[in-house]
Amino acid sequence: MPRFMLLLHSAPHPPADLSPEDMQRSLGKLRSWLEELKSTGRYVVSDKLMEEGGKIVTLQDGKPMVVDGPYSEAKEIIGGYFTLRAADYEEAVEIARNSPFLQLGTIIVRQADPMGCGGE
Amino acid sequence: MEPGPPAQVHLEVEHLFRHQAGQMLATLTRIFGWEHLDLVEDVVQEALLQALRQWPFSGIPANPRAWLVQVARNKALDALRRRASLRRIEQQLQAQLLELPPAPDPAEAWNTGVFRDDQLAMIFACCHPSLAPEARVALTLKVVSCLSVPEIARAFLAEPATIAQRLVRAKRRLREAGIALALPEDGFPTERVGSVLQVLYLLFNEGYSAHVGENLVREDLCAEAIRLAEWLATHPAAASPRVHALLAQFYFLAARFATRVDGDGNLLLLEEQDRSQWDRNLLQRGLQALERSAEGTEVSEYHLQAGIAAVHATSASFAETDWPYLLTLYDGLQALAPSPVVALNRAIAVGMVKGPEAGLRAVETLKTDPALKNYRWLPAVEADFLRSLGRTSEAATAYRLALACSCTEPERRFLEQRWASVAERTAHPSPHHPPP
Repeated sequence: MPRFMLLLHSAPHPPADLSPEDMQRSLGKLRSWLEELKSTGRYVVSDKLMEEGGKIVTLQDGKPMVVDGPYSEAKEIIGGYFTLRAADYEEAVEIARNSPFLQLGTIIVRQADPMGCGGE
Repeated sequence: MEPGPPAQVHLEVEHLFRHQAGQMLATLTRIFGWEHLDLVEDVVQEALLQALRQWPFSGIPANPRAWLVQVARNKALDALRRRASLRRIEQQLQAQLLELPPAPDPAEAWNTGVFRDDQLAMIFACCHPSLAPEARVALTLKVVSCLSVPEIARAFLAEPATIAQRLVRAKRRLREAGIALALPEDGFPTERVGSVLQVLYLLFNEGYSAHVGENLVREDLCAEAIRLAEWLATHPAAASPRVHALLAQFYFLAARFATRVDGDGNLLLLEEQDRSQWDRNLLQRGLQALERSAEGTEVSEYHLQAGIAAVHATSASFAETDWPYLLTLYDGLQALAPSPVVALNRAIAVGMVKGPEAGLRAVETLKTDPALKNYRWLPAVEADFLRSLGRTSEAATAYRLALACSCTEPERRFLEQRWASVAERTAHPSPHHPPP
């Protein structure tokens, strides 16, 4: 089955004044979404990424240059990712549509291209 | 006798965040001291938020409590380094933080030494007799139960700003009074235990006899009162016959929860409830607690109330209720801890034992009590007696009076039905009972 990546544009930033009960309810929704992916064999791997923007490595005049990634705006950076198996784009998009993460920011869905065929 | 495990009124994991927050708050406040309660609250909140950011990606850790304790400890260590005001005592606090055991296994959340002791000390501090009862309730819900200010306000039909104000004052009082966050060597003295029981009783009552609004929040209050009463009942520093008696009463009343309204949300009286639907597990716990409350010679108001609840809980039907025995219990209660609401319930028992005429006379003596001025059940009980006596037009007037008081939606429907039943008869007076 093809693999897809769900890139979460922005890390989850729950409001600081949520009550413990509110948090537990939110977590419950996120958890059941994740459990569903796992129980149907779609889940591959996921990570939350650090929020400092990371490092950017480029070649400048033939020499590798390292600079800090975009910093201030959380929505400028990728906050985390999920790698999943899905039959096709339609199914992968459907998973993203039902994700509670959608409440927290944009989700970018990309298909892995193991054959290097570029989508032909 | 060994007390049984705490009742699962709600699934433990359902309130894991709230329960774990209370545990961390108690322990960290013991280490940091009252003057840093606000900082400790921030540290705990941050630890919970971090879980909410991380767990959706990683899944729930095998021991979520240990995860939260670990993160809270690290955040507390960070706070130590950042706060200049803590520098003087940094070394000492750091040592204490590092000494903390990992959080207990989820299965034995409450049965582990230091966290359990800290939480018990915390509830006794929040219910200290030097605080006003209102302040104690608010503080307990905030610091022990870890409800938010809006949640507390919702439960008590108060403005969030009022609750927030009350909390600020109560916390200041705690600091100034320097109330120790520790367990006394010989256990807590009777008046300190009484002060906690009073708060738990208020909590449960608020949940049980909701005035208006949402029922759901209210049943949570009852469950919380039970959870906290179980702490006292299972800790040697607080357990006593009175504690078991209060807990017994809670269990008996909670056992009837599901049967208090019908499928359409209409109120069902004790006589209409399907007793086969009462929660057997809670009734059983009630009986066990009642048995433990009888160890020793003490007979407190809580014993009499538990006895009353037990009579109802163990009667096969409403008709088979031992009303004469109930009346003696009410007489005892009224002598030991007189209150207008107890007197009204006693009047109902009088009516059951000696007939509606006698019941009505007992109710009439209460009509001048200012505490019952807007209490819907006073005119409602009076109306029931009048109805039994065939004095329908007076009954109709009394039901209308009851409807003018604030009440829940199911209660309003119930009273209207009652009113309609006598209003009809008034319109077509029966030849035997002509309206006066």
